[in-house]
Amino acid sequence: MPNKPFAITLKPGTSLANLTGTWRTARPVYLDRLPPCNNACPAGENIQGWLFHAESGDYQQAWRVLVQDNPLPAVMGRVCYHPCEGACNRGQLDSAVGINSVERFLGDEAIKLGWKFNAPAAASGKKVLVVGAGPSGLSAAYHLARMGHQVEIHEAGPLAGGMMRFGIPKYRLPREVLDAEVARIVDLGVTLKLNTKVENIEQSMKQHGFDAAFLAVGAHIGKRAFIPSGDAAHIIDAVSVLRSMEGEDKPMLGRKVVVYGGGNTAIDVARTVKRMGAEPIVVYRRTRDKAPAHDFEIEEALQEGVMIKWLSTIKQADAGQITVEKMQLDDKGYPQPTGEFETLAADSVVLALGQDVDLSLLEGVSGLEIVDGTVQVSANMMTGHPGIFAGGDMVPSERTVTVAVGHGKKAALNINAWLNNATYEPAPKHELASFDKLNPWYYSDADKTVRPMLDIIRRQTSFDEVQGGLDESNALFEARRCLSCGNCFECDNCYGVCPDNAVIKLGPGKRFEFNYDYCKGCGMCATECPCGAIVMVPEET
Amino acid sequence: MGFQPVKFYQTGTFTVGNRLLAPDERSLQSGEARSNSINSGHRACQGCGEALGARYAIDAAMAESNNQLIAANATGCLEVFSTPYPESSWQVPWIHSLFGNAAAVATGIAAAMKVKGRPEVRVVAQGGDGGTTDIGFGCLSGMFERNDDVLYICYDNEGYMNTGVQRSSATPPAARTATTMPVGPEPGNVFGQGKNVPEIAMAHGIPYVATATVADLRDLEYKVRKAMKMHGARYIHIFVPCPLGWGTASHDTIRMARLAKESGMFPVFEAEHGEVTGVLKIRHKVEVEEYLKPQKRFAHLFGKNAHPETVARMQAIADRNIRKYGLLEEEEVQNA
Repeated sequence: MPNKPFAITLKPGTSLANLTGTWRTARPVYLDRLPPCNNACPAGENIQGWLFHAESGDYQQAWRVLVQDNPLPAVMGRVCYHPCEGACNRGQLDSAVGINSVERFLGDEAIKLGWKFNAPAAASGKKVLVVGAGPSGLSAAYHLARMGHQVEIHEAGPLAGGMMRFGIPKYRLPREVLDAEVARIVDLGVTLKLNTKVENIEQSMKQHGFDAAFLAVGAHIGKRAFIPSGDAAHIIDAVSVLRSMEGEDKPMLGRKVVVYGGGNTAIDVARTVKRMGAEPIVVYRRTRDKAPAHDFEIEEALQEGVMIKWLSTIKQADAGQITVEKMQLDDKGYPQPTGEFETLAADSVVLALGQDVDLSLLEGVSGLEIVDGTVQVSANMMTGHPGIFAGGDMVPSERTVTVAVGHGKKAALNINAWLNNATYEPAPKHELASFDKLNPWYYSDADKTVRPMLDIIRRQTSFDEVQGGLDESNALFEARRCLSCGNCFECDNCYGVCPDNAVIKLGPGKRFEFNYDYCKGCGMCATECPCGAIVMVPEET
Repeated sequence: MGFQPVKFYQTGTFTVGNRLLAPDERSLQSGEARSNSINSGHRACQGCGEALGARYAIDAAMAESNNQLIAANATGCLEVFSTPYPESSWQVPWIHSLFGNAAAVATGIAAAMKVKGRPEVRVVAQGGDGGTTDIGFGCLSGMFERNDDVLYICYDNEGYMNTGVQRSSATPPAARTATTMPVGPEPGNVFGQGKNVPEIAMAHGIPYVATATVADLRDLEYKVRKAMKMHGARYIHIFVPCPLGWGTASHDTIRMARLAKESGMFPVFEAEHGEVTGVLKIRHKVEVEEYLKPQKRFAHLFGKNAHPETVARMQAIADRNIRKYGLLEEEEVQNA
């Protein structure tokens, strides 16, 4: 039997002759808005974009979209402070999507299954020198190599990774994860020269015929503070402690270790020495809410038995003990001395008061501007000297791995343009997909998946990774909590709710189109779009 | 209840489709194969809930009857906007009855098909609340009582809309219409005894009675398909907001239907042989005020000369519905 409605033999006069699109005063238009996570990512990741593929279980495609911007997902999934999750619209619904944990899952999956980067573009014939194999240098090298440039990394240290290796403790970033992601970048054809300190950048460039250079030497010199001390006092800086953890000779700090400072480095040192069997006390001049360290790191340190003395400064250090003065906060929140003193047992004092940049390689380079010990760069990441770009901890910015990776990518794009005598123009940003643009009714209720944490005893005694990862099923669950803010995810709502059948479905992956011949402009599609990917635009009168 | 919602997969079954669900788990409306029983070019107002509800329902009935469907249509908005002579939007064999006799005409068609030996041909009758709860009520009751093999679908927009928004027996209390102006001590429509036609249908003991809204597509499709699998007299009452008659924004039609259901003003349930067998629970409960406020027909209850006591009486109606049909999940009842 023909699949035709019963008894229809003649074509009736059809309402299709009646083009109701003429009624319209506003027309719906599909658009992509900028998801808040993407907007917040210092590395410029297309988070919503890679979650989209993870949602359907296509993890490899998700990983490929991810590494278009960031070559270190397994590292990121461990050490990134995930500002994306702070911006996530789902946070206003129940709790933010665990973007960081899904990223780690994808990164680990790539290492486990041996996924390789896509082959680089055709060789450009240009040579770029990258100084420093930290996150910023690795990121720049990766992007430049993918664009077809010949890249050499000169690293002063014995191993690649920079602060990811010599600053971040193993319990947060296992070294085999770092090694795997570095190796994958080297496999792209990047030349990595270790133990190669660049003494003079201009000379190095001339000598080896580099067309441009990207400097990312980081900030490895621990800041000193003047503390009156006896001859026998053992004072050492935090960077040296963390660096020596990577070598054969572990630092000799004694049993009672005082860590001076309230940043993430101070907490890292305290947790590290705790694992070595010592008793760390962190001394910080202000209060917990004023400390620059992330609160979750402070919390984890306290759980592990790290002592913290808030509102205290070190006045004097002697053999075996220190004298601290109690502080109190004034009206403006600054610590002021109280004149009350106290002595603490201290076999050594570790200063974690920030880090400076070793700028010796820049000596004699013309056009540079150095302010407060950091190299000034313009919006395109180029220093005052043409062809020399800089990024990471050595330029003024927040000092995190993710920011550094973002610098590397941005510098690579600009170096590529500069090598082609062009300027890089970033695509204009879309309008932000804020929460008010969404229709949250449509999203299923689902709370965040919590990552497993290592047992407290093993956290206190070993360098095993503290935070576990998600397995396949809960990574998928977590990815599917994404609201896809501002970007169509083909839920068919517009197609279904149109009373005039004026939405044309183009097929999987191709989204939809409006049939303006019949669309009356009621706006129901825009209101019922869960993710805010439709806007009503007034018709011209 | 028989409809198994998927509560996860990003949007679960809340959206029309969902690329994460297998194609057969998506709604009929999400597929290009839907019959679009009522075609583009119809003259319904912008954002018409009835045009949408009719397509949802008749597409589902078409799919379930293997496209062997005849529809009888009472006079009313649906007939006027879909079929101004000589053109029609209908993609099904369709007959326009009088205002009051759609149920009887459908009964006749069903009898004719039986005589002709065409048991595969199924019959629906459809009309608005005027043609159903007022004018066609006698024929409807007769169809129920004889248990004729017809699915009657009422699209309830709570008034006579295409003739200029007059009151029907489905118009809610306090609503302003052309015939119930907001004047006097109790402005708007009276608080009568109400006329709950789904319950009246249940009182006939017919095989199947259900209510649905255009905001719950999956539930609506499930109910129409279930009804089409059965024989005898069946009745589905679909709540279809009317932007023109209610004074709401054309883009808010589905939102209004959702608020009606979530506030308890419109209970969504199904019943077999006179007994309630399932209800669609409230997901995020809202106060009645949130449902009433966006509607200009209730504007006189708010603002300068507000009538909070009237709003409270409306809330009491919703609360009674919630109690009567058990619309809240158990834990929420304890918290309330």
